[in-house]
Amino acid sequence: MNTIYFDNNATTCVAPEVRDAMMPFFGELYGNPSSMHAFGGQVNKHVAEAREKIAAFLHAEPSEIIFTSCGTESDNMAIHGSAELLGRQAKVITSRVEHPAVLGPCRRLKDMGFSETEIPVDSVGQLDLDAFREALKGGGPAIVSIMWANNETGVVFPLEKIVAMAKEAGVVVHSDAVQVAGKLPIDVKKLPVDMLSISGHKLHAPKGIGIFYLRRGTRLKTYMLGGHQENGRRGGTENVPYIVGLGKACELASANMEAERRLVTRLRDKLENGLLATCPDASVNGDRAHRLPNTTNISFEYIEGESVIFDMNDLGICASTGSACAAGSLEPSHVIRAMGVPFTAVHGSIRFSLSRYNTEAEVDFVLEHMPKIVRRLRDLSPFRKGDALPVEL
Amino acid sequence: MWNYSEKVMDHFRNPRNVGKISDPDGTGTVGSLACGDALTLMFKLDGNGRIVDVKFQTFGCASAIASSSALTELVLGKTIEEAEKITNKDIANYLGGLPDQKMHCSVMGREALEAAIHNYRTGETMVRNLEDHIICTCFGVSENEIRRVVTENSLTTVDEVTNFCKAGGGCGMCRGDIQKIIDSIRNAQTPPALALAPKPPRKLSNLQKMKLIEEIIDREIRPQLKKDGGDIELIDIVGDRVVIAFRGMCAGCHSAAFTRQDFIEAKLREFVDPAITVEEEGK
Repeated sequence: MNTIYFDNNATTCVAPEVRDAMMPFFGELYGNPSSMHAFGGQVNKHVAEAREKIAAFLHAEPSEIIFTSCGTESDNMAIHGSAELLGRQAKVITSRVEHPAVLGPCRRLKDMGFSETEIPVDSVGQLDLDAFREALKGGGPAIVSIMWANNETGVVFPLEKIVAMAKEAGVVVHSDAVQVAGKLPIDVKKLPVDMLSISGHKLHAPKGIGIFYLRRGTRLKTYMLGGHQENGRRGGTENVPYIVGLGKACELASANMEAERRLVTRLRDKLENGLLATCPDASVNGDRAHRLPNTTNISFEYIEGESVIFDMNDLGICASTGSACAAGSLEPSHVIRAMGVPFTAVHGSIRFSLSRYNTEAEVDFVLEHMPKIVRRLRDLSPFRKGDALPVEL
Repeated sequence: MWNYSEKVMDHFRNPRNVGKISDPDGTGTVGSLACGDALTLMFKLDGNGRIVDVKFQTFGCASAIASSSALTELVLGKTIEEAEKITNKDIANYLGGLPDQKMHCSVMGREALEAAIHNYRTGETMVRNLEDHIICTCFGVSENEIRRVVTENSLTTVDEVTNFCKAGGGCGMCRGDIQKIIDSIRNAQTPPALALAPKPPRKLSNLQKMKLIEEIIDREIRPQLKKDGGDIELIDIVGDRVVIAFRGMCAGCHSAAFTRQDFIEAKLREFVDPAITVEEEGK
């Protein structure tokens, strides 16, 4: 059975070019880039090259790039590092639909006595800019951490506007750009954001490497202490093979971005329109006009997401669901709920996320089988249209 | 991904007895779209009062569908009296077990069966008794339902209760109340002989004493510490000196010294020997 991988917002395959670039650093080039001897020192050159490639990818300076272990670490570094610097009087402003890597540290700060505000979103998942403006009022120090694009729905926030509003209020602003990197262009020369988090494994580098972009002049308390690496801003011996791999992945992402955007937009639209046409009572979650090109999140009413995932799994199709059951929790996705999606549709939300490695034949295969899966599960469900609903709603 | 048994996957892929009966003798529905799972069960009896036909419809995850299918297989051919003895454990066992977080699917099966039998006997649609005190407002779980899953499945923690009936799995505000229910059931279940522990014989052998100390720590002390996220380890027993170490939240807790003296030492003196002193390892 072939695997059809439509779960690229969860993780991506390592690009063959990336894997090849990494291999020497698992072999003869194992030196420590901090060593005084040439054996280690020669490795430092490769780390510096990777840093330059990544800086070019973001239109940043190499000194503004800090390597971390993952996107989650970058998010924690931004939020905790700023909070420790600014102290308890600082406000923390985030959104209701953030990844747990941002919501977790923000809620920890709330427990520690910081005032925390989570900005709501509207029915298509767009940020309530009026509520954001309101939260910024009153002056005083604040940390804004608002994602660029949502991992579950693909909805892209107007970050230019958000950053401009935060800068006007004179507060520090971070954005979780994990889902944007590699999918949409990032240019920190044009966008005056202070900090960005990026994860390697979402753009065809391996898991275990992240980027923290820190604009020159932005102050931050060091979060990971214990070494001079990254100019004393993040201790720990450099993960050389992964850094080299990430450099290659960013280079590839720049080169492929436009072609990939065209390909995945076409495939995603074909998939989405096909599913909406063949499956009744299905609807798209999220702002279709402002969305990542690779993502669609569709609610199939009257059925439950985990069952759908299992049926797809039997055919080798990989996707995700916002259903509670699949996460092992009892509450469905906080993102879908924050959008006020009716409860008839919340549990049956399925996310398909594509990459440049997907093909039209794969989309056709899913379009052929998905209606059968939906029909089978609806035949089992007591909530099919026309049936009387059970009393307890 | 869940580690479902082959039997769960079989009943999910090929559910038995799906559908509706046009003139059922009993119908029961539990759950709702909002909760994320729901089950409608219908049955028909033959002249001898045995279930000859049973059908279900389920909205829910793979284990909810499998649990419903298993339930229909279990009740088929049984009398009402036999069927009503089926517990959620029977459903889970029939399927070769369910993941802990999915036990509520088997409870949903048992509840639907109960509702269908109630409907058969009274002709009424079973609605939740409004007298019943709702503990978990997120999932609408009553005190009686929580008491029942705790008793039937010998549950000891709030997380287990959440796995079995969802209570406490939403906003979490009712977790303290659920703990109180568990405590009240566990205290009631403690045999009187233990509750009023007989005075130990005056002279214990060293081995008897060590065993008793271990038992008292397990029964009286550790559960209390665990409530605060802590734990205790017995390091050594030298005569009447008991050496312990604190673990978890107790380790480094400012009130650990009070806990050692006022709680642990007091308990061991009460139940084992008034001469006992308790020391913390390395202090």
